[in-house]
Amino acid sequence: MSGLGVWNYVIIIFLMMIGLYMVMSSSNLVKKLIGLNVFQTSVFFLYISFGYIEGATGPVMQEGASLYSNPLPHVLILTAIVVGVATTAVGLALSVRIKESFGTIEEDELHTMDSSL
Amino acid sequence: MSDHLILRIVGKFLIPYILLFGLYVQFHGDFGPGGGFQAGVIFASAFVIHTLLFGLESAERIAPQWILKIVAASGVLIYALVGVAAMLMGGNYLDYDFLAADPIAGQHIGIILVEFGVGLTVASVMMLLFFTFAGRGEAS
Amino acid sequence: MILEQLIDIFLLVFLAIISIAVLRIRDLFTAVMLFGIYSLTSASLFMVLDAADVGFTEAAVGAGISTILMLATISMTGREEKPLKKKGAMLPLAIVVITGATLVYGIMDLPPFGEPDNPVHTHVAPRYIEQSPQEIDVPNFVTAVLASYRGYDTLGEVVVIFTAGVGVMLLIGRRRKRKEGISNE
Repeated sequence: MSGLGVWNYVIIIFLMMIGLYMVMSSSNLVKKLIGLNVFQTSVFFLYISFGYIEGATGPVMQEGASLYSNPLPHVLILTAIVVGVATTAVGLALSVRIKESFGTIEEDELHTMDSSL
Repeated sequence: MSDHLILRIVGKFLIPYILLFGLYVQFHGDFGPGGGFQAGVIFASAFVIHTLLFGLESAERIAPQWILKIVAASGVLIYALVGVAAMLMGGNYLDYDFLAADPIAGQHIGIILVEFGVGLTVASVMMLLFFTFAGRGEAS
Repeated sequence: MILEQLIDIFLLVFLAIISIAVLRIRDLFTAVMLFGIYSLTSASLFMVLDAADVGFTEAAVGAGISTILMLATISMTGREEKPLKKKGAMLPLAIVVITGATLVYGIMDLPPFGEPDNPVHTHVAPRYIEQSPQEIDVPNFVTAVLASYRGYDTLGEVVVIFTAGVGVMLLIGRRRKRKEGISNE
């Protein structure tokens, strides 16, 4: 085995877990959204790694090339990135509204407010 | 930002090239990397730079929100209507083979129209998102 | 080709370091700027992995629009994050370690990275690569698959973006009119 084997995937899992930890442990909503984005990007890496072929060229037809990397994951991830920014924007808009209504975007303070109502 | 003279001049200088590059990415997407999604975001980023340098009011004079809303909706409509046009010409929904006499020419027409619709929607929605956030920030 | 894979690992380790920095930093402004760097680095990683279109999109969307929207948000919500409480920090860590261990166990059975005869390359993709020059005649396979073969997907995608725009405008787009007293919601 000349290549990386599965080590590439192990680092991607590590990134994914950092994103998950950020979502669960931070109480600030914006930080949570950053964590969600980190998680999401690691999923993109996973897909693009599946599409990679050692020694292949990118998926644009050209003279003399016979081996292209897999275009299908690229298409899926291309659209996923744009949908990702759309969901991030909606999440950020929600946190702006929460800040205006409750005066904070820290989750534990929101919880105490919620139970005191 | 009004006192940052160098930023303003350099930014002003960059904006037309960013717009031009966005158009290049839009219409060169068949031949190289690029397409409607990327082109829309690049096009919108020129307006983001303009807003950062010259303020929200100036940017909204160039691209009023009501026009952006119409453009965003019409991008989706163009995409969907290409599908309907293919149906009217005897094919399945979004089957571009029937858009012209030659299937390959039909595919080219279909792809260019669809990418144009995607570009319109993505550019205007990204600009609307930024203007909405910036407007909320100035108001509060 | 071994160089490409070395760069790949280097960039991934770099991304891991950046994300740990984002996790630990309490100043949200720094965290958002670091996230912009993270997006730019991931765009380079996509380029190394031969995904030019994806790298392009990530550079424009992740490093551009996402970062600027987050900056606009923290200008309204404040840039300081409260320090983490020590109490209750163990449960997320435990969940993350268990999930990560399970995923790594699952990953061990994956076919090796970058081999041309992996199962993912043997089914749908060769059909696209071989037939699209005759059927569509567009040099960029990604555009051919995106706009033609998977046109329905892309239509859905565009509708999702449009809906997100509508949603954001409904959530935070009304403030000015109310200020002028035209309507009270």
